[in-house]
Amino acid sequence: MMQGGLAGAVFGLIQRDLLLTWRRRADIATTLLFFVIVATLFPLGVGPEPAVLRTIAPGVLWIAALLSCFLSLGRLFATDYQDGTLEQMLLTPHPLAALVLGKIAAHWLVSGLPVVVLSPLIGLQFGLSGGAIAILTFSLLLGTPTLSLVGSIGAALTLGIRGGNLLSALLVLPLFIPVLIFGAGAVASSESGMGAEGHLSLLGACVVLAIPFAPWATAAALRIAVE
Amino acid sequence: MKTDRMNWFQWSSPQAFYPLAGKLIPWFACVSMVCLAAGLYMGFLVAPTDFQQGDSYRIIFVHVPAAWMSMFLYVVMAGWAAVGLGLKARPSFMMAQAIAPTGALFTFLALFTGAFWGKPTWGAWWVWDARLTSELILLFQYAGVMLLHASIDDLRRADRASAVLALVGVVNVPIIYFSVRWWNTLHQGASISVTAAPKMAATMLAAMGIMALGFWMYSAAVTLLRVRCIILERERHASWVQIERVS
Amino acid sequence: MLDIHDLSCHRGDRKLFGQVSVSVPVGRLLSIEGSNGSGKTTLLRAICGLTPPDQGTIRWHGRSITEQRETFTSGLIYIGHRIGLKDDLTPMENIQAAMQMSGHPVTTALARAALEAIGVEPVCYRLPTRVLSEGQQRRVALARLWCSDQPLWVLDEPFTALDARSSQLLRERLQRQVERGGIVVAATHQAIGLDPSTVQQLRLGE
Repeated sequence: MMQGGLAGAVFGLIQRDLLLTWRRRADIATTLLFFVIVATLFPLGVGPEPAVLRTIAPGVLWIAALLSCFLSLGRLFATDYQDGTLEQMLLTPHPLAALVLGKIAAHWLVSGLPVVVLSPLIGLQFGLSGGAIAILTFSLLLGTPTLSLVGSIGAALTLGIRGGNLLSALLVLPLFIPVLIFGAGAVASSESGMGAEGHLSLLGACVVLAIPFAPWATAAALRIAVE
Repeated sequence: MKTDRMNWFQWSSPQAFYPLAGKLIPWFACVSMVCLAAGLYMGFLVAPTDFQQGDSYRIIFVHVPAAWMSMFLYVVMAGWAAVGLGLKARPSFMMAQAIAPTGALFTFLALFTGAFWGKPTWGAWWVWDARLTSELILLFQYAGVMLLHASIDDLRRADRASAVLALVGVVNVPIIYFSVRWWNTLHQGASISVTAAPKMAATMLAAMGIMALGFWMYSAAVTLLRVRCIILERERHASWVQIERVS
Repeated sequence: MLDIHDLSCHRGDRKLFGQVSVSVPVGRLLSIEGSNGSGKTTLLRAICGLTPPDQGTIRWHGRSITEQRETFTSGLIYIGHRIGLKDDLTPMENIQAAMQMSGHPVTTALARAALEAIGVEPVCYRLPTRVLSEGQQRRVALARLWCSDQPLWVLDEPFTALDARSSQLLRERLQRQVERGGIVVAATHQAIGLDPSTVQQLRLGE
């Protein structure tokens, strides 16, 4: 707790956000339940035909993960903005992008990771084979950090705007498309015997691109929002 | 060199730019009219009928230049946004704001004409192909930039926030394009290729070029017109606007 | 020393203040006065570097604050209108988290001593901040002033919602900060009541 410097600040911030989420555990439960319910609605809407369900399962799980990520993104900076801790964050001697990366990491740990852990169960419900479930879970593990990273840009841009959460979805969902395509495509291409390596490495490339770029854009957006 | 720089920066103040834009608009508008009339005439009446697609292909003379403009204008908009963020120059933000609706219009035009071309050619109004999908996403991105600008009351924040969004979008456009292309492809390759042997008659090529030039000039005229309105709206309390209004 | 030169700020179309110039040597308190809406908060935020001014410069020890953001912010405490406390954390956790983030981590003992110094009752230490009264919350926020020795304090209405005893404690703390060569910039409605030779006044909106 007494660590100084940038690492201390970033890990302190992650620790603080995790503690805050722990005090508001119901929020994680809401996100997870939302994920499960959205995924459950598809078989009810499309019909219980196993072959159809198996085909749409990767896409459905990815879209459910994407939407539930959005549900929690609204809270990423909103409370900090309201209570003034965001101003304090901007007035530290540390680079803002690093602190933002810390907040995104905390967000992923409480909203992305649980979805990844839960996805094999939903995959079973959709009748996916063991191999497909493994690839799907791995693609979510690789892809959900990008969702948190890119989503943070939208959350920061719409901070303090009326209806900002909805607007943020409109702004950022188009940017999520590559992740959705590579993520859901990984399972499909492995089922068709082409192997999932190509899609998975593209997902990895997305995350590698997003880690340096997204926090930087988010930091710029936060400075603009707080002015 | 120094005097050159001075001359350029002279136009960066709204007060100096306003009359300059006013003088340029009629020229751009006239050239655009002439080009569009000539281009449409050549495209619809002079160019030969395609032996595979019949006359339905003629929509290409609107479709292709509109698609070019939609992408080009997004890059130009993002360029102005970057200049605005980098140099903290207000007129750059005004330019970015003024370009967005025209860009969105061309994107919509490209999609719309594309649907009319797709129906006789592929038998469907819409297919989930790489080009169509990324063009549709481009339309969403234009909409996002305009919506974000409209949602923020403080103009200064609106300018800068939508500039950040435009820049994030421009980075993402190639990524989206290639991702969608690898995902699914039905659309024909580029219509014009420098390296490959010419696939089209010279008149077709000429008509398309003239149409593209016409769209360019149209975009310039409309953007300048819009930027003039934006300048007036934002500078309404400045003394030079008051004088302009009286005279 | 803090140098404000020819500062102007707008909010939308409205001009808040223009051509504000003031120079505060070390060991002084700058009290910013003015009616509601005269731009006190905006001026404070501009001094911190949160809101870039339309015009003018702010220098800290001779260099513009935008050129030395890192040095400047590491010597700054800003307590704004929104006090920067997390509702779900206890006062102790709040102070430790805030100090850690600003690069001056403190021990539990030091955080406790700071809370005692501004008169936060020990019974509050283990409660979430959201159940405290407004005066208690403001005292928790102000406790950061007892935690470390940053040379520049920027405070927005620091006496709001404080009772007589806490106001006196804060006044003594400000006096000590000024005496040891720090600078305080505070927006207030009323006179702060420090040694007049160490106070400089700036009235906005005239």
